[in-house]
Amino acid sequence: MDIFILQVLNALFYAAILFLIASGLTLIYGVMQIVNMAHGSFFALGAFVTAWLIGQLAGNVHPLLLLLAMPVGAFIVAVFGMALEPTLLRPFYKRPEEYQLLLTFGILLVLEDLMRVLFGGSPLAADQPMAPFGSMPVMGLKYPNYNFLVIAVGIAAAIGLWAFVYRTRFGVMLRATSQNMKMASALGLDVGRVYVLAFGIGCFLAGLGGAIVVPTQTAVLGMALDALIIAFVVVVVGGIGSLKGALIGAVIVSFVRTAGVQFFPEIELAVLYLIAAGVLLWRPTGLFGKA
Amino acid sequence: MSLLRTVNLKKHFGETRAVDGVDFVVTEGEVLALVGPNGAGKTSLVNLLSAYLTPDSGEIIFLDQDITNMSVTGRIKAGIARSFQIVNLFDDLTAFDNVALSIFSRENKTLKLMSLADHDHEVNKETDEVLELFGLGGKGHILAKEMAQGERKLLDVAVAYALRPKFLFLDEPTSGVSTRDKAQIMDTISSVVRAGHITAAVVEHDMDVVFKYSDRIVVMSDGKILADGSPDEIRANKEVETIFLGTG
Amino acid sequence: MAAMDKRQGRIRLPQVVGIAVVFAVGLALFPQVAGTYQTMILAYGLLFAIAGLGFNLLLGYTGLLSFGHSAFYGMGAYAVAFAARDLGITSMELLLLCGLAATAAIAVVFGLVCAGLTRIFFAIMCLALSQVLWSLSYKFFWVTGGTDGIRVKWPSLLGITEYSGGGAFQRFVHDYYYYVLVIFCIVVVGMWIITHSPFGKALQAIRDNEIRAEFLGVNIRKYRLIAYIVSGSVTGLAGALWVPLAGLITPDTLWWPFSGKLVFVTLLGGFRNFTGPIVGGVLYNYLEVYAIASTEYWQVVLGGILIVLVMVLPTGVVGGLSQLAAKLRTKEEPQREPVTDG
Repeated sequence: MDIFILQVLNALFYAAILFLIASGLTLIYGVMQIVNMAHGSFFALGAFVTAWLIGQLAGNVHPLLLLLAMPVGAFIVAVFGMALEPTLLRPFYKRPEEYQLLLTFGILLVLEDLMRVLFGGSPLAADQPMAPFGSMPVMGLKYPNYNFLVIAVGIAAAIGLWAFVYRTRFGVMLRATSQNMKMASALGLDVGRVYVLAFGIGCFLAGLGGAIVVPTQTAVLGMALDALIIAFVVVVVGGIGSLKGALIGAVIVSFVRTAGVQFFPEIELAVLYLIAAGVLLWRPTGLFGKA
Repeated sequence: MSLLRTVNLKKHFGETRAVDGVDFVVTEGEVLALVGPNGAGKTSLVNLLSAYLTPDSGEIIFLDQDITNMSVTGRIKAGIARSFQIVNLFDDLTAFDNVALSIFSRENKTLKLMSLADHDHEVNKETDEVLELFGLGGKGHILAKEMAQGERKLLDVAVAYALRPKFLFLDEPTSGVSTRDKAQIMDTISSVVRAGHITAAVVEHDMDVVFKYSDRIVVMSDGKILADGSPDEIRANKEVETIFLGTG
Repeated sequence: MAAMDKRQGRIRLPQVVGIAVVFAVGLALFPQVAGTYQTMILAYGLLFAIAGLGFNLLLGYTGLLSFGHSAFYGMGAYAVAFAARDLGITSMELLLLCGLAATAAIAVVFGLVCAGLTRIFFAIMCLALSQVLWSLSYKFFWVTGGTDGIRVKWPSLLGITEYSGGGAFQRFVHDYYYYVLVIFCIVVVGMWIITHSPFGKALQAIRDNEIRAEFLGVNIRKYRLIAYIVSGSVTGLAGALWVPLAGLITPDTLWWPFSGKLVFVTLLGGFRNFTGPIVGGVLYNYLEVYAIASTEYWQVVLGGILIVLVMVLPTGVVGGLSQLAAKLRTKEEPQREPVTDG
């Protein structure tokens, strides 16, 4: 029974991180209709910035205060994204998809090296925030209590995002723009501001994912590429552009992966991609996407 | 004899009865006009007949064969072709290639991978002839997207004509062009259709054009056929007059 | 070359053949003036060009962006590596057949799955399928060697086997360059014919206007499937040819960033021109080689070029040059366009 609980906890932990990455990707697609290949890089950037901040602060402040580095790290990523959107991406919204994909692929390549320049080529560890939380024994192993915080952040992000999109005035503007940009613009909505904020929120979520995961695993170059591709699977399964889809997709993918690692480790990744392919074949718009 | 007929054809979009129990007959060799105010169901009927839409109920009979469930491709091969109200061409191909493709497709030559399209002299000759017929001779090298609107309308019809259909549907061949071009386009199309003894149905708004060029007129309103007769009969029909005056 | 066939309606075949022969002779003379290293670099460039030509049948001519062509390049390479290691085949001709057969088979299976999709859904489906192959190559290390990869020895070329002893590397590269060049020429001619065949025209028709193409009686799904199989097989051929020269195949070749590379190659040259991927392939290879050689931060160089490219030169190098040429021509001879009578 313990092993089962442990696996469920692992899956929920992973689902929380996946949701943070995928919800931003799907939000950006939903509003701007652009597939952002650089999205995994924002996740990686969040991890690096936060790890660096924690490294600077550790030992000088109370360990619990280190947690503040996480929202700060995510915020820095968001600001970076908000500078990128109007300058580089916006001219491409009306261009064919291949150009959008290549532009963001180019940004991905540049960001990979930018992180190498800023943070060096070696992995950055930042496990100091985990210590104050302690751990609980499961199956003779110590399960870190910090992981519960990550799951809680994932749940809070899902609720917060839902409330934001469906319960605020800005959410109305966001949905209006995503449904009909021209109409929204004709009604006097500042579409540019909607774009910048939507992109900023997407980047914040991805950055936050990186920030909260970094105490449990080191920030390494290349994590952007892995994160992006798994986020694609999540979004494809859930339905590209759908927030509910991102949530359900994240849960499905994380549980399949956790089970995969346990029962069929050789084909664990292949199964994941086959599920994505199967969903695309059966319902190209995913489980919750609009037709 | 009837080339094409429908039996109690229906297509509803929610509450809107776009086509509501239509018995439509086309006789071989005639040029027929399909008229009616906006929203009367003309374009829906054309779409049903060309398999662009599937009917809710009813039958479509072409040459004594039930084609109700036949695919677009099947109907093209059976001999029904259409042009489009909003010009629908291969914009990045030349006018020549637009027409040549129809001929390649008709001759089942489009699966030839290892021969040069431009070296098929029979197709080249026929393509030049078709372009000439539609007054587009010498313009074959121009990209479809770079042609004038009137030329594009003619090219759209030429692409459908090059399939050598038994029955040709023309969906508003003169919409979106100037009055002067309108007469020229209709004269060209009419002479090609008459010379080729092609059975054709034209959807048209302009009643002057309809009276001048068609043998028979079918008037639609609210998804139903309201009147059906020669141009003189329709001209004298009071009910038709009210409908058109009523909607402007 | 390509601009000509768009403008003039009909191709002037003798001229096209003439230009092609001049380029082929130039390429054939290259090893006589350049050293082994430069010859090898150009061979890699030609391989990218072959892969790009295959890829562009889908992107440029059918209007489908595959973000999973690494699957074919990698499959061709792995098939050759397996055949060499497990079947003991040393003849390059036989190895190529193995590579081609394996990629064609994969292309049929993937094609049947992909052919119903378009736009972003097609791109992501290709990505997912290629990632299936990548993850298998990565995890089944007892078959594929995992991240260590499989080493591939120099094969015999048309029965010539003496690639050992002093100067063997130089001789192999020299001979292999010509081997690649001949296949490159065959692929160029083959693809040129396909893109100018009635089938190629039908693909372009589908690209421009799917609905109207259907109303010409063209079975769209079938044409997309055939285009996909041809495209995948040609890209796979490039992968099969690549592996003996590289000497090592690892899962990285199947990984999705390699698919991005192939899109890069094609856009660099220009995807609306037949010659675009050829120019793009050779050029990209030089870019990558010199960027990696000159800086640790080569990804910034490539990424930066990519961003600038899509912003200022969306039609690629060939597209940009032919636009420039057209502009110069109209400036010099403003009366060239025939005056048409209304």
